Amino acid sequence: FHPAAGPSEPKMAGADGDDSLYPIAVLIDELRNEDVQLRLNSIKKLSTIALALGVERTRTELLPFLTDTIYDEDEVLLALAEQLGNFTMLVGGPEYVHCLLPPLESLATVEETVVRDKAVESLRKISQEHSPVDLEVHFEPLVKRLASGDWFTSRTSACGLFSVCYPRVSSTVKAEIRQHFRTLCSDDTPMVRRAAASKLGEFAKVLELDYVKSDIIPLFTALASDEQDSVRLLAVEACVSIATLLPQEDLETLVMPTLRQAAEDKSWRVRYMVADKFSELQKAVGPEITKNDLVPAFQNLLKDCEAEVRAAAANKVKEFCENLPEDGRETIIMTHILPCVKELVSDTNQHVKSALASVIMGLSTILGKDNTIEHLLPLFLAQLKDECPEVRLNIISNLDCVNEVIGIRQLSQSLLPAIVELAEDAKWRVRLAIIEYMPLLAGQLGVEFFDEKLNSLCMAWLVDHVYAIREAATCNLMKLVEKFGAEWAQNTIVPKVLGMANDPNYLHRMTTLFCINALSEACGQEITTKHMLPVVLKMSNDQVANVRFNVAKCLQKIGPVLDNNALQTEVKPVLEKLAADQDMDVKYFAQEAISVLALA
Amino acid sequence: MIGQLCCLSVTHAVTSVEDALQQVPPTPPMSAISASEKVDGFTRKSMRKAQKQKKSQGSSQFRTQSSLVELSPLPQLKDAPSTEQQDLFTQKLQQCCMLFDFMDTVTDLKSKEIKRAALNELVDYVSTNRGVLTEAAYPEIINMISTNIFRTLPPSENPDFDPEEDEPTLEASWPHTQLVYEFLLRFLENPDFQPSMAKRYIDQKFVLQLLELFDSEDPRERDFLKTILHRIYGKFLGLRAFIRKQINNNFLRFIYETDHFNGVAELLEILGSIINGFALPLKAEHKQFLMKVLIPMHTAKSLALFHAQLAYCIVQFLEKDPTLTEPVIRGLLKFWPKTCSQKEVMFLGEIEEILDVIEPTQFKKVQEPLFKQISKCVANPHFQVAERALYFWNNEYILSLIEENIDKVLPIMFGSLYRISKEHWNPTIVALVYNVLKTLMEMNSVLFDELTSSYKAERQRPKAHQKLDIMPRVIKPFLKLWDSSEPQ
Repeated sequence: FHPAAGPSEPKMAGADGDDSLYPIAVLIDELRNEDVQLRLNSIKKLSTIALALGVERTRTELLPFLTDTIYDEDEVLLALAEQLGNFTMLVGGPEYVHCLLPPLESLATVEETVVRDKAVESLRKISQEHSPVDLEVHFEPLVKRLASGDWFTSRTSACGLFSVCYPRVSSTVKAEIRQHFRTLCSDDTPMVRRAAASKLGEFAKVLELDYVKSDIIPLFTALASDEQDSVRLLAVEACVSIATLLPQEDLETLVMPTLRQAAEDKSWRVRYMVADKFSELQKAVGPEITKNDLVPAFQNLLKDCEAEVRAAAANKVKEFCENLPEDGRETIIMTHILPCVKELVSDTNQHVKSALASVIMGLSTILGKDNTIEHLLPLFLAQLKDECPEVRLNIISNLDCVNEVIGIRQLSQSLLPAIVELAEDAKWRVRLAIIEYMPLLAGQLGVEFFDEKLNSLCMAWLVDHVYAIREAATCNLMKLVEKFGAEWAQNTIVPKVLGMANDPNYLHRMTTLFCINALSEACGQEITTKHMLPVVLKMSNDQVANVRFNVAKCLQKIGPVLDNNALQTEVKPVLEKLAADQDMDVKYFAQEAISVLALA
Repeated sequence: MIGQLCCLSVTHAVTSVEDALQQVPPTPPMSAISASEKVDGFTRKSMRKAQKQKKSQGSSQFRTQSSLVELSPLPQLKDAPSTEQQDLFTQKLQQCCMLFDFMDTVTDLKSKEIKRAALNELVDYVSTNRGVLTEAAYPEIINMISTNIFRTLPPSENPDFDPEEDEPTLEASWPHTQLVYEFLLRFLENPDFQPSMAKRYIDQKFVLQLLELFDSEDPRERDFLKTILHRIYGKFLGLRAFIRKQINNNFLRFIYETDHFNGVAELLEILGSIINGFALPLKAEHKQFLMKVLIPMHTAKSLALFHAQLAYCIVQFLEKDPTLTEPVIRGLLKFWPKTCSQKEVMFLGEIEEILDVIEPTQFKKVQEPLFKQISKCVANPHFQVAERALYFWNNEYILSLIEENIDKVLPIMFGSLYRISKEHWNPTIVALVYNVLKTLMEMNSVLFDELTSSYKAERQRPKAHQKLDIMPRVIKPFLKLWDSSEPQ
């Protein structure tokens, strides 16, 4: 097996003289090609090579070769690391899976993080395929070697491997593993401490409870007071897992001092992490501690001096309140949380306000009708008038929660100006977002309110300058018709839509066609045949080819809604005329319509 | 640069928060929206920038105690009798430990002014007087400095901060912080300064916190930090290895984890002078730093911000130990930019700097892979890349190296040069290539003629290269088979 020999000496690969192995030889040759792309292709076909070589030669020749050549481009190494994770059957099944360890071990030490992570992922995967004996004989020594490697990369990789082998080894080996993990948690390279901290929770989960208390807790405490905030914040993540593992009575002494300290950390990154994980933490520590400790901590986070932290906390307001123990929940919210929330409504930072706006409506279900009207409604109204469109949009997009509790009517007077303003916002993405909420709003506000106040907006969008808005407006009309019925459509929408067929702007004339495409089914046969079809047919004489071929497309679309008579006597002649159009696109779509509607 | 930035008017100070709002133009009254504004699409960055007129400032003191006590001015140091001066010095140091909220431009104005005056006096006191650095003063001094400068940097106001285009967020408390840095510098430079006394306070933890501040977005602050860290490195032998290691860690984190660190250029500048002083033979630690940290740093997205300093460090290393040339060049070739032309130009610049100091024996070791890359660059459709590579032929020393090895270099370069002399879209490049071809021809006309005729013969041959044509016919049927027989 000499990869360099290559296809010029096909015997090398096809030692049995089988010519069918020639292409394999080409692939093997390309593992050494100067062109990265060819090497990459070849590595991606590695399973094919292995399959052709058979399990034994894969083990004895291919794998050693791969192990030796690991100093390639990171892209090739990444592909290799990934491939090897699925190689168990190709080396002869679980019995031989340990053959894959040497190349993966080398890959787990390279500099490039992506490669290393992939190698660790593959190692974790194949660790499961090791028998308990092999795990101790082959896998665990590898973990130890990595854990005591010179360069930080191997130690970082080791951190991800402890938890996969720990549950299946003997107690002596377990003790060793714990010792190695301890060492890495106090490594003097911050990269390694970060890696260890990020695996702390995962490792704690596989440890026996006694060791969680005796080993993990001191590590947790140490990492949570690391000199680098990047390490401390990872300890917060681990806190969730650790707190879940411990019995309630130990939490106060083992976890809470650290958590309290993290919530008051001098680095905003750590406080941000606490805010971001607040719901998980709340669940992990249980209702009693939540009441005594987390409520004040949460208040502080909502009042934090960094906007990032406030925004993260504001995002959690609803979830936090929802998960409060039911007895006393209302009191806690009303006396402790709501005052902070009120301040956030007029926060100086738009991200904070918009984070709050995305959850604040959820409080109404928790607090009930009276509190909502008295305390929350003024906040909703204030946010509806916010200068930042995102805040207003977030309120409007969550109207359904309020609707269930107090009905939307309470809000409608303030809603309208907000909606109108958003509907005419200079940013088309804002306009697009509000259109998407129209059907929901229409449903909640009722048809009268809609006709009176919102209908004109919906029609105005049809002539927007941005295509995406016109398209969304079309789709919106369809949903409205589904909601309010065909009769409503006939009286309010259809005349306006059809009126646009005479617009001097061909884009608006096309919008008529797009609307008809969308509406015909919802409006039903009668309206379509009586009102829409004549307009469409008339437009087949339009001087703009784009309009004409859209007529063809439109006819194809509404064809199924029409009866056969209309199809034969009205649609068919027009399509035939269009099929003879001088414009090739018009011809094409006309012919397509004819064949789809089977009018030929 | 520094002077210019200092002039920024503080009256423009706004909180980072308010300023974030400034980026979004206030929604104009509805009726006023013109059609052109409605068809917004994507506003150009420069336009958005233009709207952002205010200088942004940020600060990050966590829960600054709003000063319940107003500072009261102490007597001037210069007016105090010499017996009381030292005592007053300590009192002023303690007074300066009070922190103020500079995001709030209205409160504490009086106290802020008192502190500013006191700091000015302190700076003056340590720079002009001898014998003021008594043993008892050290802890007070370091305490005052630590309290004022060590803080968690605020979140970047602009998450997509582009240091090349965007205005940095400036430290709001600069009116005080600047003086504290000034004081620290004067303290370190005072002739009476005794590292043996200071080392109890200027320790590893102090250095670590100092290093974290290098991520400050404020270039004025980083400039002070650079000088200060350099002084500390110079004066505290016991901290040197530690400082190098921590810089190392900062860089590794920058390369492999965050891709973001504002102070890379400043740290590299310090390193440039440190490398200069390395003893020979180089320790393994230093070589490792070169190969595993400095070389991979070339992959950073923001290379342009610190490339000059990085290249300087690399060349320093090679001047120290020429045997490192081969691994360095191979390292650069490994990380050669694939799509970013701007970076490619930087790489070429660095290669030229290296070639300027390369030893002829080292050149022979790398000429083949190196000129393969240069040949690709010369043929690059981006004219700046091609031009930068062709400029190598204006360099006398490089020319002499090429001439010495013309039999190796010419065959590698010939194809590309010949082809682009006919095909490149940019006339300047074509003109440059003609000159280069002429130079090469003069170096070895026999070889040149041989290559010309074989190149032409190659081109004459039917387009269907046998290599390309026959192979697929053999392989394709198999490929199909493999695709269908992919193992499960």
